[in-house]
Amino acid sequence: MSLAVTVLIPTALRPQVGGQESIDLEGSSVKQVLTALTGEYPELGKRLFKNDSELNRFINVYLNDEDIRFLDNLDTAVSSGDELSIIPAIAGG
Amino acid sequence: MSYVQSLRCKECETEYPIEPRTVCDNDFAPVEVAYDYDQMQGRVTRQSIEAGPRSLWRYKDLLPIEGAPLVGQWSGYTPLIKADNLARELSVRELYLKDDSVNYPTYSYKDRVVSVALTKAIEFGFDTVGCASTGNLAHSVAAHAARAGLRACVIIPHDLEQGKIIGSLVFGPRMVKIRGNYDDVNRLCSQIADKYNWAIVNVNLRPFYTEGAKTHGFEIAEQLGWQLPQHTIVPVAGGTILPKVHKAYEELITLGIVDDNKPKIHAAQAEGCSPVVKAIQEGKELFHPQKPNTLAKSIAIGNPADGYYVIDVVNKSGGHAASAADEEIIDALKLLATTEGIFTEPAGGTTLACAIKLIESGHISRDESICICITGNGLKTVDVLAEVGNFPDVPIIDAKLTQFDELVSQIDETTTCQSKVSASPQAASNYCVSVDEGVPKCP
Repeated sequence: MSLAVTVLIPTALRPQVGGQESIDLEGSSVKQVLTALTGEYPELGKRLFKNDSELNRFINVYLNDEDIRFLDNLDTAVSSGDELSIIPAIAGG
Repeated sequence: MSYVQSLRCKECETEYPIEPRTVCDNDFAPVEVAYDYDQMQGRVTRQSIEAGPRSLWRYKDLLPIEGAPLVGQWSGYTPLIKADNLARELSVRELYLKDDSVNYPTYSYKDRVVSVALTKAIEFGFDTVGCASTGNLAHSVAAHAARAGLRACVIIPHDLEQGKIIGSLVFGPRMVKIRGNYDDVNRLCSQIADKYNWAIVNVNLRPFYTEGAKTHGFEIAEQLGWQLPQHTIVPVAGGTILPKVHKAYEELITLGIVDDNKPKIHAAQAEGCSPVVKAIQEGKELFHPQKPNTLAKSIAIGNPADGYYVIDVVNKSGGHAASAADEEIIDALKLLATTEGIFTEPAGGTTLACAIKLIESGHISRDESICICITGNGLKTVDVLAEVGNFPDVPIIDAKLTQFDELVSQIDETTTCQSKVSASPQAASNYCVSVDEGVPKCP
């Protein structure tokens, strides 16, 4: 069964994905989905990941409404219909 | 003309033109305004600054605007108070309070960052400005936008104090409450800035906004007679002001305006939202975000965007960090009020409570100069104090002198309760107790 997850792409990263605002990808964990993404768009890889197992520290990834650091981080399980948002951290207020 | 060169990524140093920009395209790191300090040498001096207006714009040469200031002409230049009463309480030699609780026009340090951000918004040609806010920033954006004739949209967590909501609504912005905490608001605002062509001051104007926070540090130095305090204690929410106070000190050192006395910068957070303090205390370079749970709502940011830089600056400068529980925050807030006559919000109580802890732990020496940054005003959060302030009941009598006489006769002959305040904030907050008739009386 396919597990389509929608990844929302922020403006800063859209040039690397041909201007798309969102991309549907398959995978059963956050890491699998993001790896599928960077597999398709290698330019994104070095922007998203610091190394194989760690995201760049200025990238926040949310599964639906929750920061994945409150879940199982990159190992967080995803299921069909989930939304992954990639969002830069922004200043305080 | 200005001394601004470019926007530069704080990590990979990629340069960008001066434009609305949230982060570096390469690594999502913040971008910072870069200046030509060589050109400033001999031109930006104590004298050139002292000749400027009595507002934050006296430091215009060190701010990223091109023309004349267009917003916040009266913001900044708040008092630096030598706090001798509080110093005596805390048994320290030299204590100062940088008091942005009386910043103009909305009583918090945010009037500094907004003055710069909205001047920049107008320079860029925006007609709508906005922000994600825990309250104070919304006040400032709404007020300055009203005067500047800009449309404003402020976005806040749904559970803010009443004073924080009305204090914005009065200026007529569009306001949206979000079911969630500040970090949820932030996430949405980041997406809004992506989609709408608005100047969200802490998103796409962030590089300019944050520079405004330097003026808090410039003023401390100037008002100390062009010297730096050996210790500066700064509250941490999103992590904007602490690194910028440090940057201000470094710029003044670079320009030869002050001597480098190796100032230490210390971080203060509420225990219920202390990701950065925990990282510093545990010697970690990265923080783990936290779900905030504190009555100090203005600093309840669990995923501080500039948290990494706070950790870096505190460590580099030889400072340390402390967090304070809600009761300690309220006790410190009341201690500041009863010793120095300053009414700050819980964020200010947090900063003082943490300063006390750092003094007691020896991270701050009692015989060195100390400056505590007070960044917000208590009149905005009276509902919090009404709930947990533990004040004595106030007696009600008829307008008859005999009844007043009766009250007075019940009060201990030591009517000056203040003289009995002990060195601990806990004791200070309890110095008045209710007797049966609800008359304040010294214990």
